[in-house]
Amino acid sequence: MITTLNLSKKYNNNLVLNIENLDIPKGQSFGLVGNNGAGKTTYFSLLLDLIQPTTGHIKNNNIKVSESEDWKPFTSAFIDESFLIGYLTAEEYFYFIGELRGQNKADVDKLVSQFEDFFHGEILGQKKYLRDLSKGNQKKAGIVAALIGNPEVIILDEPFANLDPTTQIRLKGIVKDLAEKQGVTVLISSHDLMHVTDVCERIVVLEKGEIVKDLNTSEATLKELEAHFSGTEVV
Amino acid sequence: MIKHFINLEWKAFFRSASFGKSLAIKILMGFFALYFMVMFLAMGFVMDKILKETYPDLDPLVAFSGLLFYWIIGDLLIRFFFQKLPVMSVKPLLTLPVKRKSVVNFVLGKSALSFINFLPLFAIIPFGLKLIANDYNTSTVLIWMFVIVLITLINNFLNFIIESLSAKTELSFLPIIVFAGSLFALNHFNIINIAEALSKGVTAITENPILLIVPILILISLYIYNFKILRQKLFLDSGLKAKIKEVNASSLEWTKNFGDIAPFMQLDLKLIWRNKRTKSSVWIMLLGLLYGLFFYTNPKFQGIPSFFIFVGVFSTGIFLINFGQFIPAWDSSYYKLLMSQNIKYEQYLKSKFTLMAVSVIILFVLGIPYVFFGWKILLAHFAAAIYNIGVNTHVILYGGSFNRKKIDLSQKAAFNYQGTGAVQWLIGIPLLLLPMGLFALFYFLIGFEIACLILALLGVIGIVFHQKLMTIITQKYLDSKYKMINAFDQVN
Repeated sequence: MITTLNLSKKYNNNLVLNIENLDIPKGQSFGLVGNNGAGKTTYFSLLLDLIQPTTGHIKNNNIKVSESEDWKPFTSAFIDESFLIGYLTAEEYFYFIGELRGQNKADVDKLVSQFEDFFHGEILGQKKYLRDLSKGNQKKAGIVAALIGNPEVIILDEPFANLDPTTQIRLKGIVKDLAEKQGVTVLISSHDLMHVTDVCERIVVLEKGEIVKDLNTSEATLKELEAHFSGTEVV
Repeated sequence: MIKHFINLEWKAFFRSASFGKSLAIKILMGFFALYFMVMFLAMGFVMDKILKETYPDLDPLVAFSGLLFYWIIGDLLIRFFFQKLPVMSVKPLLTLPVKRKSVVNFVLGKSALSFINFLPLFAIIPFGLKLIANDYNTSTVLIWMFVIVLITLINNFLNFIIESLSAKTELSFLPIIVFAGSLFALNHFNIINIAEALSKGVTAITENPILLIVPILILISLYIYNFKILRQKLFLDSGLKAKIKEVNASSLEWTKNFGDIAPFMQLDLKLIWRNKRTKSSVWIMLLGLLYGLFFYTNPKFQGIPSFFIFVGVFSTGIFLINFGQFIPAWDSSYYKLLMSQNIKYEQYLKSKFTLMAVSVIILFVLGIPYVFFGWKILLAHFAAAIYNIGVNTHVILYGGSFNRKKIDLSQKAAFNYQGTGAVQWLIGIPLLLLPMGLFALFYFLIGFEIACLILALLGVIGIVFHQKLMTIITQKYLDSKYKMINAFDQVN
């Protein structure tokens, strides 16, 4: 589904990302881990064509993202709060995203109603603008908005951060369900090794812009990751 | 302790976002400050003459004191709208080992040093010095000046009390209007002659300095009251809590008539109505509409038809200019979202275009009463409106593609120059001066009607080639996509 070839990104001769080859097949739940500055968000931004690569390219369903915009209808993302429109209520925001993705109000209502327990009664019908919600609730709204319009590729940057434990567990269920039952390719980055190993079939470790590990998740993965990160921390 | 506070304040000033602004804005702000200083200075120098002329049989000092009442009311009104107690900045201090008492004293003390409190000095000092030069009793004048300073400070702290009261009510400006209005009414209808009482009071103080104790006591009690209010507010769940307004959502279904741009129209309308800064552009629209009265009531301008066009472009295009100059920066805080969504850039821009064009039509219709000043004015306004729709909308959209400054919508409205860059200054030339120049040229060469016709014709050409122009503009936006995303991502 997503192929990355010879991709690199430089800022003033400072190489922040350098991926020779990375293939993510359709329906995979893919986890990206790494310390701050490892290049996770840079990779996602490149994937969404928000920044230009220095070399190489990313193909999303065989469409070069930096050349055509045809990947947009089947790709959605929630990277950070800048993906929210602060002066809308959650419902208005969902409807707006829905309209952009060709969904009418009824479609959006139907989808959103599935996430009522995920929202925990703190998002819908609140008569509050998104800018006035807490960080965690903003995140919930953003994540659900990324699910509107039956996307085939969903990109979530740090989805577990700022969420309360109950919501974290529910989110894990949602992500698993998307990848396993609906064949959606889900890309997640996280600092939380436990969550990522729980959810993702495959985990790639980035370090200073390079892929240093590419693991298929198994029982031993969490141990391996913990060893890796505690080792690097000492250095 | 104070040393630390001052150090913090110093850094806050020099490292503040507004200080890092472009040179042009610094100059403009400096110019404003300078303007007010010079105005007050000039007032101070000519005050004694004016007072002598207006009240020939009164002593200038007494005459000035007689006007003090209006000074105080005006001062309070201005303060209410422009001076806010800088409370939020102390939030990080709460968890540090700093006594709440000293934090409060610092905030209040700092407010006493604001620019608005120094302004009166520019008027009072030259006025006083001139009086002394004219053989007035030096100590009397000095005491009088001191009283004015005290009154200024009293106003300073009185304002914060009024503000804290008004924060509790729904209509936030009601208390100040009621307060100032009732004072004024009491005085005006001679129920209590406050102006005279004040004047007599000030005169009594200058004659008997012991009475200085009265304004000083008032000042101290106001300070203590402020201290008490503020002391209670320094908690996260009271004064330091950002206010959350309840939403009045409307579905704006009627925008569906505009077809595929409807979602963006809804977004734009909500953008305008739900953010302070954009909302203020609606009020500015009213001002712009009345702008013509300023010129047309003055017979001097009646003979210069080029001004009709200037006023026409300005008053029908005030929203266009005000809103349009910050496209797409209004959407800067969620620009990444828009760019990763499946949107047609053209629809996004077309929604802005439609809003601006509709605003021009509405403003023109509302401006029809100007026909009272002559049919030529109406004709000029009509030509200007067409020019606005056909040419200026496209010019301003095109100019927007050069916007690289983020706008934080949650910021206040008045005197906010965030997002202003060179583009905003340069765009004024084609927007206002070009039609005026063109008109002046053809008016000079041929005549009034033809000049109007040519402007209208330019507008019509713009409307005819609308699709073509939009394609060019859209391409321009697409070309600068990455630069804009990057720029809007910066915290400035």
